[in-house]
Amino acid sequence: MTLAEHAARYPEVWRKFSPRQTLIRYAWFVGVVFVAVWSIQNLDITWEYFLDAHIQAGDLIVRMVPPDWDHFSDILDPLLETIHIATLGTAVTFAIALPVAFLSARNTTPNTVLWAIGRFILVASRSINTVVWALIFVAIFGPGAIAGIWAIAARSIGFMGKLIAEAIEEIDHGTVEAIEATGASRLKVLLIGVLPQVLPVITGTTVYRWDINIRESTVLGFVGAGGIGIQLYSSINQFQWDEVAVMLLAVFGVVVISEFVSAAVRQRIT
Amino acid sequence: MLQITDLVKQYPNGFRALHGVSVTVDEPQVVAVIGSSGAGKSTLIRCINRLVEPTTGAIVLEGTDITKLNRAQLRQARRRMGMIFQEYNLVERLTVMENVLSGRLGYVGFWRAFRRNYPADDVASAFELLERVGLGGRHDTRADALSGGQRQRVGIARALMQKPDLLLVDEPTASLDPKTSRQIMRLICALAHERGTPALVNIHDVALAQSTADRVIGLREGNLVFDGKPTDLTPAVLTDIYGEEDWSATIRKDDDDEDEEAVAARDNGHALDAEAYAG
Repeated sequence: MTLAEHAARYPEVWRKFSPRQTLIRYAWFVGVVFVAVWSIQNLDITWEYFLDAHIQAGDLIVRMVPPDWDHFSDILDPLLETIHIATLGTAVTFAIALPVAFLSARNTTPNTVLWAIGRFILVASRSINTVVWALIFVAIFGPGAIAGIWAIAARSIGFMGKLIAEAIEEIDHGTVEAIEATGASRLKVLLIGVLPQVLPVITGTTVYRWDINIRESTVLGFVGAGGIGIQLYSSINQFQWDEVAVMLLAVFGVVVISEFVSAAVRQRIT
Repeated sequence: MLQITDLVKQYPNGFRALHGVSVTVDEPQVVAVIGSSGAGKSTLIRCINRLVEPTTGAIVLEGTDITKLNRAQLRQARRRMGMIFQEYNLVERLTVMENVLSGRLGYVGFWRAFRRNYPADDVASAFELLERVGLGGRHDTRADALSGGQRQRVGIARALMQKPDLLLVDEPTASLDPKTSRQIMRLICALAHERGTPALVNIHDVALAQSTADRVIGLREGNLVFDGKPTDLTPAVLTDIYGEEDWSATIRKDDDDEDEEAVAARDNGHALDAEAYAG
């Protein structure tokens, strides 16, 4: 093919976007910048605080070093309490989220009313932060670990329930049909036809949520719902930064271990 | 045994899959159901155990009109109908034994099923059946570790665990290679004859239907257009069922199939290994 033929046959230039598309893309960019500028203006940020922020941060680090390791024996019990709150909170979640998930999945729900109730529980649970749940349960049970356990559970039910319900909706329907064809009752169809298909997701999300809950339960003490947060809060208020450093390092260690455990368990599920 | 009268199925979208089909099966025989995709083969079979709800018509199995039953009665009736599926439809993450025993779910209670504590009789017949379908010793293998042909053997064992009065078989070989297809089809026919259980088998492979079934019925656009012996399937009949095509290569002459059967039986273990590799 000669150059002239080629030029006659094919367009001279090729662009991924048409001029109209390009214009729209620039418009989006301008829109995002506008929203960012508008947000900053609205917030009344005190820019003077930025000027010495690096000095303050440096000062904080100096006060944290060396960490007061003698304090470690004092935080061991609250640290364990934090882990227990997360573990028991996850156990309560498991017991409640599982039935709620079966109500909230379209293919296993008994009827539309129960489906709506299940969906409402999931949305309500997730729309409220763990700390806000903790404030509510401290008001109900008084300060302490019980309020913390329920706060953890209340927030986690939505998380686990939603993920498990989605997994239930994606199961292989053929298997369910085969179990139905044997004359099995509804409950036995769930037990043999559905549950084995979603068991990896149930195990995976439970361990994953336990790992998240360990992190979440470290701040529950800020509002009186038990765990290491109480000590952390009071040390921060008393400017005992060397104690704060010990607690942050201890929490970091626990979180790393729990992430490792959760990842290892999830990897083994087949 | 089974009497289907004027069965009509109209789907919610208005599509009429069956326009008044009547079929009677009054002796233990293997009935192949042939027809193009969309001719209503699957709908017909699924209406019998009401995985698909029939619109009108009667389906009488051993004196009971299945279309008239409520949910609880339907579950009782389904216990007497074993079903085998194209995609096997096993519980992939459970073992072969759990899958086979799930054929007894209509009879055992919830907690026994939960603890997998099935009656000794059921466990004994599960072991026998597994050996009969060529999976002896594989009871603790997980279903997802099996090849297609092996999975279908588990599916067959599960259906037969129900000690059914009728076998409903929906495209048992459509996901399998030609050789495995023939082994599976022969196994189904042999078991149906051994146990005196009538079987309705949807099948796309006309030649395989001819060589294995006792009787063939043909569906075209939801109507019964043929009901007769496999030998009566002439090019004219096939044209009636499927439309115009050159059928000379499809229609089987009686060939040396019997020999192959004997070889297949002898080499069963070997064939299964090959299947596992073919995966």
